[in-house]
Amino acid sequence: MRLELAGITKRFGTLVANDHVSLTVEPGEIHCLLGENGAGKSTLMNVVFGMLRPDEGEVLVDGEVFRPSDSGEAVRRGIGMVHQHFMLVPLFTVAENVVLGFEPTRRTGILDRRRARSEIARLSEEFGLEVDPDATVESLPVGVQQRVEILKALHRDAQVLILDEPTAVLTPQEIESLFAIVRSLAASGRSVLFITHKLKEVMAVADRITVMRLGKVVGTTTPGESDEGGLASMMVGRTVELVVHKEPAQPGRPVLRLRNLTVADERGAVAVDGLEIDVHAGEILAVAGVQGNGQTELVEALTGLRPVVSGSIELDGTDMTGSSPEEMLRAGVAHVPEDRQRDGLVLAMSVEDNLVLDVYNRAPFARLGSRALDVVHANALEKLSAFDIRASSVESPVSALSGGNQQKVVVARELSREIKLLVASQPTRGLDVGSIEYVHRQIVAERDKGVAVVIVSSELDEVLALGDRIAVMFRGRIVGVVGPETGREAIGLMMAGSGAGAEDVGPVVPAGGRAPAGARAGRESS
Amino acid sequence: MTSGGEAAAPRAPRAWTVPLRKLAQANVAVVTLLSVVSALVLGAVLIIATTPAVLHAIGHIGSHPGRALGLTGAAVGDAYWAMFSGAIFSPSALGHVVSTGHGWVALFTPLSETLVSATPLVLAGLGVAIGFSTGVFNIGAQGQLIAGALAALYVGFEVQLPIGIHVPLVLLAGAAGGAAAGFVPGFLKARTGAHEVITTIMFNYVMLNLLDYLLSVSPFQQPGQSNAISRTMPATARLPHLFGSGLRANLGLLVALAAVAGAAWFTRRSTLGFSFRVIGLNPAAGKTAGIDARRVTVLVLVISGALAGLAGTASLAGTDFFLSSGYGGNIGFDAITVALLGRNRPVGVLFAGLLFGALDVGGRNMQAVTGIPLDLASVIQALIVMFVATPVLVREIFRLRGGGGGSSLQLATGGWGG
Amino acid sequence: MRAVRATAGAEVAEATGAAEVRIVSGGRVRGMGVFLVLLAALAILGFVLRVPAKAHATFLLTAPPAISVAPLTMSVRWTAGVLAVLCGALGVLLVVRRQQRGAYLLFGLGFALFLWAFLVWAARGAQLNFVEMLVTTLISTTPLVFGALSGVMCERSGVINIAIEGQFLAGAFLGAMIGSVSGDLWLGMLAGAVAGGLFGWLLAFLALRYAVDQIIVGVVIVAFCTGLTNFLTEQVLTPDQTTLNSPQTFAPIAIPLFDKIPILGPVLFDENIFVYLAAILLVVVHVGLFRTRWGLRVRAVGEHPRAAETVGIHVLSVRYRNVILGGVIAGIGGASFTIGSVGEFSSEMTAGLGYVALAAMIFGRWRPFGALGASLLFGFSVSLQSFLAVLNVGIPSPFLAMAPYVITIAVVSGLVGRVRPPAADGAPYRRE
Repeated sequence: MRLELAGITKRFGTLVANDHVSLTVEPGEIHCLLGENGAGKSTLMNVVFGMLRPDEGEVLVDGEVFRPSDSGEAVRRGIGMVHQHFMLVPLFTVAENVVLGFEPTRRTGILDRRRARSEIARLSEEFGLEVDPDATVESLPVGVQQRVEILKALHRDAQVLILDEPTAVLTPQEIESLFAIVRSLAASGRSVLFITHKLKEVMAVADRITVMRLGKVVGTTTPGESDEGGLASMMVGRTVELVVHKEPAQPGRPVLRLRNLTVADERGAVAVDGLEIDVHAGEILAVAGVQGNGQTELVEALTGLRPVVSGSIELDGTDMTGSSPEEMLRAGVAHVPEDRQRDGLVLAMSVEDNLVLDVYNRAPFARLGSRALDVVHANALEKLSAFDIRASSVESPVSALSGGNQQKVVVARELSREIKLLVASQPTRGLDVGSIEYVHRQIVAERDKGVAVVIVSSELDEVLALGDRIAVMFRGRIVGVVGPETGREAIGLMMAGSGAGAEDVGPVVPAGGRAPAGARAGRESS
Repeated sequence: MTSGGEAAAPRAPRAWTVPLRKLAQANVAVVTLLSVVSALVLGAVLIIATTPAVLHAIGHIGSHPGRALGLTGAAVGDAYWAMFSGAIFSPSALGHVVSTGHGWVALFTPLSETLVSATPLVLAGLGVAIGFSTGVFNIGAQGQLIAGALAALYVGFEVQLPIGIHVPLVLLAGAAGGAAAGFVPGFLKARTGAHEVITTIMFNYVMLNLLDYLLSVSPFQQPGQSNAISRTMPATARLPHLFGSGLRANLGLLVALAAVAGAAWFTRRSTLGFSFRVIGLNPAAGKTAGIDARRVTVLVLVISGALAGLAGTASLAGTDFFLSSGYGGNIGFDAITVALLGRNRPVGVLFAGLLFGALDVGGRNMQAVTGIPLDLASVIQALIVMFVATPVLVREIFRLRGGGGGSSLQLATGGWGG
Repeated sequence: MRAVRATAGAEVAEATGAAEVRIVSGGRVRGMGVFLVLLAALAILGFVLRVPAKAHATFLLTAPPAISVAPLTMSVRWTAGVLAVLCGALGVLLVVRRQQRGAYLLFGLGFALFLWAFLVWAARGAQLNFVEMLVTTLISTTPLVFGALSGVMCERSGVINIAIEGQFLAGAFLGAMIGSVSGDLWLGMLAGAVAGGLFGWLLAFLALRYAVDQIIVGVVIVAFCTGLTNFLTEQVLTPDQTTLNSPQTFAPIAIPLFDKIPILGPVLFDENIFVYLAAILLVVVHVGLFRTRWGLRVRAVGEHPRAAETVGIHVLSVRYRNVILGGVIAGIGGASFTIGSVGEFSSEMTAGLGYVALAAMIFGRWRPFGALGASLLFGFSVSLQSFLAVLNVGIPSPFLAMAPYVITIAVVSGLVGRVRPPAADGAPYRRE
């Protein structure tokens, strides 16, 4: 089936999210749509799925005008979508999720689970999508959840498949296996639209590439006609520096010592399993791993948000095990949380209030239980210029800021205290290139000031670019600590649990601090 | 939406956190006024539909149109006029004052009664509002009010002190009693996660039964009585009248006004109030920033309970002077609607409390004069809140253009929270 | 291609690995065990040691029309002692076992043993008609089941229905009035259903169309229904009580043969239509929610509305339908107050039971049979209260009246704790 977008324009007030966007996906083709966050890719997909109505332009399917009023209509027309945030009900089984909306039933209206199961088995076999139909989705790793999303689309007999940022949460090996699936889908005559902001993937999988920037199509090309650098400057609009500048680390005394640290998740199951590691002043330890292998719980334990089941956390010689978030914070731990909108900011509150969220009751921002609003205001103005935060006013709600500026508010707040340890989780997720560069520079600057830094990221590129040492986590354990010169393939295998020396890596503490050979690791914009 | 929220998609901020703009404020006032009007109109429909004589006349509107309209107008007009003159001001009382030079007390009695009736509503309403804006849904004002009144009564009859010390002590005891009753569900929520909607409702029934028990035993029961009636407040523990002995308006009113001012300072300027707001708007971010959400939960219910306790004390020591079964009536539940109508802002709660107090007092007069049950007042109150909570509906009914008037009322709680 | 296959293998390992979780904290289960042990200790102190050795309690086990059974006479000290020891043993088992599976069942059993011991103690030196007590339990339970099912219907689709109390009142009022005026009780029941459905619609209209906070709408609807029924009772019913507010009540329908079964017969098979209807609805809602296409879609809408929308399910229509149906169910439950038992409407006669039903639904974890269990517990404590008042056990009656509410608080805070409601419960839905 041929999907054609002809001159789609969509405005939100004064903002033009899509400006006369045109592109065509041919049957059997893998078409990559490349663009930064905020380029307007998701808006475009919402138009295809009838969630939004375009102000101008048409969607054509096999040459016919197609104006869906809801996503159900698009699905019935044979267009399937694999969403970035999976559209799966976590409590349902795989089978229930796959058949939802198109359920086989017996004559009595009772669900026919057997038929659902056999259908899934057939599709699994045909496209090599191995999955247990009776497993509850929330118990599955994200890579498998994504297969469920693909199965869901195939169950509805999708002829056009749209994958929205499908690799964001996968290991390199999972990505490879996804590419194989995508190729076999195209080989079966289906059209695939692959939306991403990662250049490597585009080069690896695309037949054709359309690049978007600020709502407009900048150009269409093929992997053969272009290279990563060229695509990057098309996407960003300027020449992009693909390197994080940083000097070799000068590790000092150990600031953070974890000994046999065990932490449980919500269900009471072991999430962090006997972790032992030291992080030194003036070094960045990057924690790599597929999401859901205990990184979140580790960060929460380090910041006092999650109780420690056993083991200890020592900060600069003081035992901090069992401390509250406030005690951790006062002891000099800064925390840039994974989800800034959920954990980092109070969106409805003003920029100035968000900048003192952690010190609102301390001098000079408060006296005798009363807030010093003028000091809070002055502080905000100062931070705005120091951290290059773009906001119309410090009194406007922080929700009115762009994602990059929101993250800068969090970073500015956390770095304003006297800190010994910086814990940053997915610090650049969803940011534009400019903000990513800025946040990275700030992190490296903190390291150079002698702060111990722990970065958790599921983006391998970021891990390689920032980490002085890289600890790979798998099922709550560190399966290995390596230098950034280690190849992507090797780290990828460790992320899948089958890495070199898995299970038996004790605390790896470099004596005297080795200067990683690959400290200037190449890094494409992401 | 655009991808990643990068394009600064403006989210609808919650109504009462947005810095007030004059225009929006004006629209809120318009919408509130229209809500009151709509509720009164529906109330009128209810009067007409339940008065047989009027219905009969309307049935014959073809033959006697004048009579039908006249009767309808009279029924509705009499009722609302009785309401107004009972709650605000009665021209006949003014006439009496003008002609005789006496009867000032009668002239101001309606207003005084409105203030008396509004006092506990404002106090308890403030407590509920503080809970709402912190994401805590305190439906237990009724029980906390009883607890406060019991504590105040105990200190009232058990301690002998001069009035200047006794009255503050009674108020303090009332607040402490309410706070204690608020502490229990707060503690349970913080420790075990038990949802306060359920625990506070259940506590209302526990307190009602506890009251029944205490009213039947020493030391609370009035000696020599077999009925469930408490001892009375001694003179030294009663709140002094503000405008002479003829009018019942008393010190409780000043307590309520002070509470409004205190609540305004608390939410805007205090550090504790700031932490409450943070937890109400985004508990996860609050925890990350080192605010102890459990402590906040307990404190919110303690403060909320203390205000409800003061409400009970104000009624007890201001006007009632003794307790009986089911004390407080609907004040606890009306406090919820008052808080909602006031959009959880202290000054808003003050005006909402005054309006509800006036409707209650007026409703009593309406029942006395026209025989229409005073429950009409509660129907009208509920309708007002319903309309105020749905400004878009009001704008559609009156075909108002443009936005403003606030968005649909959303609590900070967002579901069961858990 | 070989590399791909190798990684696929690694991923499968990962998939199975996710299932092997090591539980390190079973605090809740342990808490339940400790609670049972404490109850056992209480029983031994109160019901065994402080009771004269010769005291006996008699349970009557027969009520018409069942075949008569000999009364059961027990030595208080021995029976309560054995029961307490069993209860304590179950508690210890829970503490040692620490497993989630079956913990609730064991706890329920232990708690039942304690209650039995308590009853034996309460009936010392007297007679207790156990069958009558169960009958009263069922009668008190029935409206709660309707209310809780109403809640399940709404909340499974993602709408909080805190207005059950108001829908009860509306159903009770209109059921009584129409039943009285028409003389036809079925018409009365229908009127109750319509009244409840109307307020279900109002909840849906304000909460779904205008996205007003669902808890606010619920509270306002309760306030409105309370005011309105009070007003109409005074203004309309009271002046003409005999025509407007004197409906008949549904007579019990005995199911032939089954009603003769000892103990259970009079309890389960000689009840009025509301009890049978509640039982049928219970099964229908349960099967509907968990076995049918409709239920799958409803639950999807309640858990993840956006996902439901992407597969073409109309989120708002599903919610509208469910909230109105929920209102209808609550309205029928309301009618059971008047034309099911009392035979007339009186002001605020539902006495907060709508909220209790809500609590039962939460305690029942948003499941019909869970809600039934919670409702039964509450119904039993109501029945216990009235029987203990007769037995004169020396507990002041306000404390007995308090018991159901205290039990609900204890249960909600001690056992349920942080519950997991449908993920989208209470959140307004806007298409983007």
